[in-house]
Amino acid sequence: MVSIKILGTGCKKCQTLEAKVRELVASNSIDAVVEKVTDLQEIVGYGIMMTPGLVINEKIKSYGIIPKDDQIINWLNGN
Amino acid sequence: MSVIIGIKMNSFIENKLLNEVKSKILTIVLFFGLWLLLYLNLEAITNLLIFSLIDLTPKTNLTDAVWFFVFEVPKVLLLLVLIVFVVGIIRSYFSPERTRKMLGGKKLFAGNVMASLLGIVTPFCSCSAIPLFLGFVESGVPLGVTFSFLIAAPMINEVALVLLFGLFGWKTAILYMSTGLLIAMISGYIIGILKLERYVEPWVYEIKAGHMEMAEEKTLFAERITAGLDAVKEIVSKVWIYIILGIAVGAGIHGYVPENFMASLMGKSAWWSVPIAVVLGVPMYSNAAGIIPIVQALLEKGASLGTVLAFMMSVIGLSLPETIILKKVLKLQLIFAFVGIVAVGIIAVGYLFNLIY
Repeated sequence: MVSIKILGTGCKKCQTLEAKVRELVASNSIDAVVEKVTDLQEIVGYGIMMTPGLVINEKIKSYGIIPKDDQIINWLNGN
Repeated sequence: MSVIIGIKMNSFIENKLLNEVKSKILTIVLFFGLWLLLYLNLEAITNLLIFSLIDLTPKTNLTDAVWFFVFEVPKVLLLLVLIVFVVGIIRSYFSPERTRKMLGGKKLFAGNVMASLLGIVTPFCSCSAIPLFLGFVESGVPLGVTFSFLIAAPMINEVALVLLFGLFGWKTAILYMSTGLLIAMISGYIIGILKLERYVEPWVYEIKAGHMEMAEEKTLFAERITAGLDAVKEIVSKVWIYIILGIAVGAGIHGYVPENFMASLMGKSAWWSVPIAVVLGVPMYSNAAGIIPIVQALLEKGASLGTVLAFMMSVIGLSLPETIILKKVLKLQLIFAFVGIVAVGIIAVGYLFNLIY
């Protein structure tokens, strides 16, 4: 099972990314838990300075941007 | 065997990438050619459109207004696309991490100057202000230097500069940029020498920010071009409506509101107009493009440039929502000091502009 975290305090980009990830997980029937992290201390704990951050299996994959769909799917498939 | 396949694969991928770069550069060159052709002939195209195609009578209020609109909208949009694209590419060379590294342990003043300049080119969104603040302070960037960055980053941005340049000329754009930088440098410096660190919430200095494991990959030039194009898409789709609105206001009020309607309220002679404009601007929140219609209307009707620019700086540089967000990491005293110092700086700039023009 893949653990996905979206780090963000509620900006528009953060909501867009969360919706996108949830949709990709559902449409590709990937076994994953999607979690939104809004706690500042936890966000900073990952070392990012721009939101939204995308964390897959506790590894930062992107921050400050909304990655392209195929890129996210690639990451979700463990690459 | 697998090694050989690996090499073949690599050269195949490299070839593919090279072709991609080539086709991208070709597209850009073509695009720029078209851009130049349009931009240089905009006046002729507008004349053709207005006087030959729709056949309006020259020198009437209506014709003037329509002409202004038809000429200015594409002009400003063309400028915007070009500048946002170039800035998007420049920004791809800067990241908050690199900026932080450059600013770490810097002395006051030199640090403030650098932070203000980096504020222009480092990608920044006010919704990321807090993570950025924490990341800077935690890694040893002095408080005053961090503030210089946080003041310059939202206030001086490519959209504001393009709009000022396109609508009011290069002098106004340069004055806005240089005085904005000056405010960021000096305000940050003052916050630094006042030693206000004790008014930062204590937990800020206690947290241990993680250090990212993400490997810094080499960015290819093709990706930078993509970054530039993405910036154009994102920004232009967000601000085009304000630009059209702003220019429509400028064109529309041409004949209908008396010429010096605002002069007595916001003209040079009204000394109190600058501080009032700044105080009014603080609780208002808008991006640079959103404020342009108001700026356009005020200037057109006799408000003085210093007063209007002070208003604009205070709307985009100091905003209530941002200060409320900052409350999570700063105590009230520091927030007041920050808003107060920057507001005084903006007021001084307003008077300076009024004096020059």
